[in-house]
Amino acid sequence: MADRNKSRAARLWADIKRSRSCYLMLAPFMIFFIIFTIVPVVMSLPIGFTDFDMVNPPKYVGLSNYTTLFLSDRVFIRSIRVTIVFAFLTGPVSYFLCFMLAWLINELHPKLKTLFTLIFYVPSMANVYTVWQLIFSGDINGYLNSFLLDLGLINSPVQWLTDGRYILGVTIVVQLWISLGAGFLALRAGFQNIDRTLYEAGAVEGIRTRWQELIYIVIPSMGPQLMFAAVMQIVSSFTAGTVAQNLVGFPSTDYKAHTIMTHAYDYGWVRFEMGYAAAICTILFIFMYICSRLIHRVLSKYTD
Amino acid sequence: MTQADTAKMKASNRRAGRKIGGTVAIFIVLSVLGLFMVLPIYLTIIMSVKPVEELFVFPPKMYVISPTLDNFRDMFESVRQNRVPFSRYVFNSVAVTVSVTVLQCVFASMAAFVLAKCRFPGSRLLNHVIVIALLYQSNVIYIMQYMVMSRLHLIDNPLALILPSIASPMGLFLMRQSISQMPDSMIEAAKVDGAGLFRICWQIVIPNQKPALMTLIIFAFQAAWNIQAGSLVFQEQYKTLPTAVTQAASSGMARAGVAMAAAVFMLIPPVIVFMLAQRYVIETMAHSGIKE
Repeated sequence: MADRNKSRAARLWADIKRSRSCYLMLAPFMIFFIIFTIVPVVMSLPIGFTDFDMVNPPKYVGLSNYTTLFLSDRVFIRSIRVTIVFAFLTGPVSYFLCFMLAWLINELHPKLKTLFTLIFYVPSMANVYTVWQLIFSGDINGYLNSFLLDLGLINSPVQWLTDGRYILGVTIVVQLWISLGAGFLALRAGFQNIDRTLYEAGAVEGIRTRWQELIYIVIPSMGPQLMFAAVMQIVSSFTAGTVAQNLVGFPSTDYKAHTIMTHAYDYGWVRFEMGYAAAICTILFIFMYICSRLIHRVLSKYTD
Repeated sequence: MTQADTAKMKASNRRAGRKIGGTVAIFIVLSVLGLFMVLPIYLTIIMSVKPVEELFVFPPKMYVISPTLDNFRDMFESVRQNRVPFSRYVFNSVAVTVSVTVLQCVFASMAAFVLAKCRFPGSRLLNHVIVIALLYQSNVIYIMQYMVMSRLHLIDNPLALILPSIASPMGLFLMRQSISQMPDSMIEAAKVDGAGLFRICWQIVIPNQKPALMTLIIFAFQAAWNIQAGSLVFQEQYKTLPTAVTQAASSGMARAGVAMAAAVFMLIPPVIVFMLAQRYVIETMAHSGIKE
């Protein structure tokens, strides 16, 4: 038994030695990745089991942060609901938009491709909360209110940013508007990489419409990009909070746009209860991880 | 794109059995959606050149009657009141942006190639860790990162703005996904010819990954350009443009015009980089792809 273990260890060591050049190529990235990402993540995981106010050293409290969250924090339960509604409305819609728009743009003349890619991507480059605040402004000076008043659709200005009925809707619109970001651009690059002769070969084999092209040629050769876009989409739709905070203020009326991430922000940066904030983030991570595994399973036939 | 190229594309479209009608329909759909997308950007640009009298008239106008650069002048004026000259912020931002973009792309490309195409002890684990790092978003991380950086004596050091952004798991994941589509045969052939991993990476793999690499350059540039001094550096001489410009524009709605000018001003460099990168990809790859 000991012998077998030894020979396995020896084989592993031989493998590692043989892969020396792999590790060398990885090293520059890994050094920075470990120092500035891995170490902070590993340090913050146990914080969820402590009481930590950033002044005194963390004090171990067992599972009490988690029990408080689920048993007595009504705002947290509400934030779960907001996050799920938000993520399931913006996530899939925006994923679908990213894919369809990237595909449609790919069908155009090269000059138009650059133009349209820019048009759809530019919102995620700009800092635009001020303009959205002016558009949704609650007085008659707001662009949307003045437009609707002109048309006679409303009689008095609507409080888009403070009326509990509209807050979530407004936030979703703006989130969708800025969401054609990393995933969209990665899909554009993926389409650009598809060999054009595949389309020609497809036509010979009886593919007649662009729709068939999409199903039989495009999607099967885009697995890795689809996975990348999905992960990006999960991150942006589950961790959305900045849009709401910048747009409808913090805290929003009746916590209507209070996501899990906003809750973590509240406890982390406003009340300095880092242990509690860490516990919130860990729960959010578990949600996101499950989601990404499910999508990975769906897409696995197109990836390696 | 030359005339000959356009002709070749047309021929290829014909062989693939495409009709011009479909393309026109696609163009119309995209234009309608595009209008909705650019409207807020259009308003931002319009408002940045509106004089104060026009900014708050009722009803709000979608156009500008007498455009002015006053808002931009205001922005520069309030930045100038700081202790360091405007050119210093520009220099800082350019230095941070260039070094982060170059190092991020080079390091991520090499690591992505190895993770996508080599099997070695730990490769599966590392591939998994990258995705987990992307998904684990927490504000507690920033505090831990801050603690690590203060232990390394990086606080109030200009390197604090560069080092943490060099290893981007998103960039690595993007490149890894794209490289994994390359046929192994190309790499095997190069190995048979006696090329080392480093040469295979830079002479065969990366030149074939221009669309992904250009996309990574866009992401990296955009993120690096927006790096703010935050609580990492305190000395005015190390602060970057976004920090200076945000300070100038942050005095509530009364300064909406200046905020718009700042947004437009900060948007120009990433848009230029975007245009160059996209055009380069699209025009060089229009009718070729990776060939087996």
